[in-house]
Amino acid sequence: MAPPPADNLVEIRGLRIAYPAAGQLNEVLHDVTLAIGRGERLAIVGESGSGKSTIAGALIGLLSPNARITAGQILVNGEDVAHVPERRRRALRGKVIGLVPQDPMVGLNPTTRNGRQIAEALIQAKGRRTRGIDADVLDLLEQVGIDNPVLRARQYPHELSGGMRQRILIAIALAGDPDLLIADEPTSALDATVQKRLLDHLDGLVAKRGISLLLITHDLGVAADRSDRVLVMQAGRIVEQGTPARIFSGPASEATRALIAAAPALSRDGGFAVRHLDVPLTPEILSFDRVAKYFTLPRGSADRQFAALEEVSFSVRAGQTMAIVGESGSGKTTILRVALGLEKPSRGRVIFEGQEISGMTERQFRPLRQRVQLVQQNPYASLDPRLTIFESIVEPLVSFKLAKGAELDAAARRLADIVHLPASCLTRRPRELSGGQLQRAIIARALALKPDLLFLDEPVSALDASVSAKILDLLIELQERLGVSYVLVSHDLAAVARIAHQLLVLRRGTIVEQGPIAQVLSAPQSPYTRQLLESVPGRRLVSSAA
Amino acid sequence: MTGYILSRLGQAFLVLWGAFTVTYLILYLLPGDPLSIMLGASGIQPGSLSPQQLDVLRAQYGLDQGVVAHYFSLLGGYLQGDFGRSLADNDPIRQLLFARAAPSLELAGSAVVLSVLAGCGFAYAVSLVTWRPLRQALTRLPALGLSTPVFWTGLLLIQIFAFDLGWFPATGNDGIQSLILPAVTLAIPSGATFAQVLLRSFGDVWREPFIVTALAKGLSRGQVQARHVLRNALLPVFTLIGLQIGNLVFEAVLVETVFARVGVGRLAQEAVLRQDMPVVLAIVTLAAAIFVVINLIVDLLYPVFDPRITRTPRVT
Repeated sequence: MAPPPADNLVEIRGLRIAYPAAGQLNEVLHDVTLAIGRGERLAIVGESGSGKSTIAGALIGLLSPNARITAGQILVNGEDVAHVPERRRRALRGKVIGLVPQDPMVGLNPTTRNGRQIAEALIQAKGRRTRGIDADVLDLLEQVGIDNPVLRARQYPHELSGGMRQRILIAIALAGDPDLLIADEPTSALDATVQKRLLDHLDGLVAKRGISLLLITHDLGVAADRSDRVLVMQAGRIVEQGTPARIFSGPASEATRALIAAAPALSRDGGFAVRHLDVPLTPEILSFDRVAKYFTLPRGSADRQFAALEEVSFSVRAGQTMAIVGESGSGKTTILRVALGLEKPSRGRVIFEGQEISGMTERQFRPLRQRVQLVQQNPYASLDPRLTIFESIVEPLVSFKLAKGAELDAAARRLADIVHLPASCLTRRPRELSGGQLQRAIIARALALKPDLLFLDEPVSALDASVSAKILDLLIELQERLGVSYVLVSHDLAAVARIAHQLLVLRRGTIVEQGPIAQVLSAPQSPYTRQLLESVPGRRLVSSAA
Repeated sequence: MTGYILSRLGQAFLVLWGAFTVTYLILYLLPGDPLSIMLGASGIQPGSLSPQQLDVLRAQYGLDQGVVAHYFSLLGGYLQGDFGRSLADNDPIRQLLFARAAPSLELAGSAVVLSVLAGCGFAYAVSLVTWRPLRQALTRLPALGLSTPVFWTGLLLIQIFAFDLGWFPATGNDGIQSLILPAVTLAIPSGATFAQVLLRSFGDVWREPFIVTALAKGLSRGQVQARHVLRNALLPVFTLIGLQIGNLVFEAVLVETVFARVGVGRLAQEAVLRQDMPVVLAIVTLAAAIFVVINLIVDLLYPVFDPRITRTPRVT
């Protein structure tokens, strides 16, 4: 275990934090001790609920108001900030510790211009200065790599992309010249390529300023690439720490091994574990024939039309999985909507089992709905919170009048069994279930009508690594047992490699590359696919070790 | 932006026309002979007139034209600013409304200002209270203001401030002195509504992730509240102000009666009791017009407060 360097910026000693719940204190952080040296980049890795964000909150003094520090010290520059008045803690924020929050889409005040939000941080840290503040704002915007800073400063947050918003948030965090930057899952809401560019930039800024970085992430790949020391947490305890190379070569705990297994580039010599190496020529179940979709833009836009899809042709074979990868805005969702008959294609044909469905009316399409089902991205929002899991699972059967009474009970129990959901969950409501259980219930609902084709829209992106691995295993098992075909939309190449037969890379509405998964991943033809593969976190460590 | 204004203006006219038409249908087409109701309103017994006299009167009131023609002649008059004549005293309704509108607008206007200031001020102060028991007690207070009927509050205020303390006159229409008690009475329910909505809205905005960003800059709670929470929290209140105008018109009738004030509210009450249909139609249309105009202003100002409405992101 690497000893922490002398003269530490932050030292946390024996920290315990608890939340009152049901009349007693529920401890979420058990006796945590750690140190961050000056100029050191420390990464804390763990699944959700492991307590990693609680450490960040305690450090910057922004825990939720009912949290209690029951024991321990938090020393910042030698001062114990766990036991000082709020006023003193506030003086540290911005000037000593800067925070880059988790989700850039909601991290900025929607009714205030970007420049003003940065200026506010500058003024707060350095006192009111009337002259030069605008220049300082523009300077910061340039430092964080924003093009056309004058325009961006005048715009509102909703006019910027997620990556750009995160850059604004980094500018805010850097405005007070802090000694430590806390980045709490800074890029988990962003596309892989954007994530890589942003983290590279953040790395550069931290190195240039010689400040310390506390990176909080669930992705060991990100941590390995971007830190000097990694600390693995599980259930409120530090289970392991060391240099990335040490952790990677000899994980000492089960939690670390699970995290390594979830980080694709770390686990198998930088390659992906492709499951389906050959792609048998089973009959085509769904095919797109030169499909295009245009949306008319509101007046005043630069162009009249926006091409969401252009000349998209592919086919899904029975019992197989077609994966579609691409960044946000690449047209993945439009493909799903067209295939589900929710949008009419502007050109081209969509064929489902020999029938052209692109020109069908809603009434003609309805019988087909039984054969095509959808699993959506966010399991926490895809079930009606007022219905029990039983009611949600049998709803498709009820609405197609396929079963009633005792039949429904039997069907629900059978479906729950197929997706390995405990029968006791059937009587509960969605908020009482975990994310993994919810996704199982949603898959059960999608299977209720015995569909031939299942659309999976980012089915595991909202779940923890270990949970998402189990859901992927379930999907593989279901395909083998039931012969159902999948169309999987994802930005997670590791997940894709695990379950797909064919891969389709989409960019700005056009297909960049498609083919059997093993072929595309091992010998990508287009530069964009190569760029996507290189953005997968963890590769830096792998290539340096090789 | 021009498209937004035009569509809102079009909607406003549609609502106004709808209000006029529905009121007309209710007043003139419901069972009962409009002529005999009107004659009753003028104090004449229909039975005492000969059929010839009735025909003359029917023509005079325009009821001989048939429903459709009568409706359009009334509508045409309204479009030119001619609201017809009152049945009771044959005065032009326009003059009647103008004479009564000024004191009512004074009352309603001061009540709106008072309720917004008091309601928002109360919510702002309460959300800064950190001691939980006090804060919870204060949070429940608006519900009390909301559930007390204005006639009771009015009588209570008269009892205390007019009869016991003698600070303000109990009734009447002279000057600012006589305006205070009715304005306060009228402001309490809407002020309580604003306070309730704003308190809730404050709570919601405080839980938004961008508040953490603001706090991490080193701002104090007071600064965050003033710079980041307030503006975002006011958005729902802003919409509500427009909607509350409708309630205000209805409650102004009660308040003007309690405080014996001359105003449109009283006029409405008298007109309804006398079944003076043209006056009732004019008042309802006027109330609808005020409602529509205020909501139009709110809609047009909304983009100023929420940049997300008109500044749509560009698709790139």
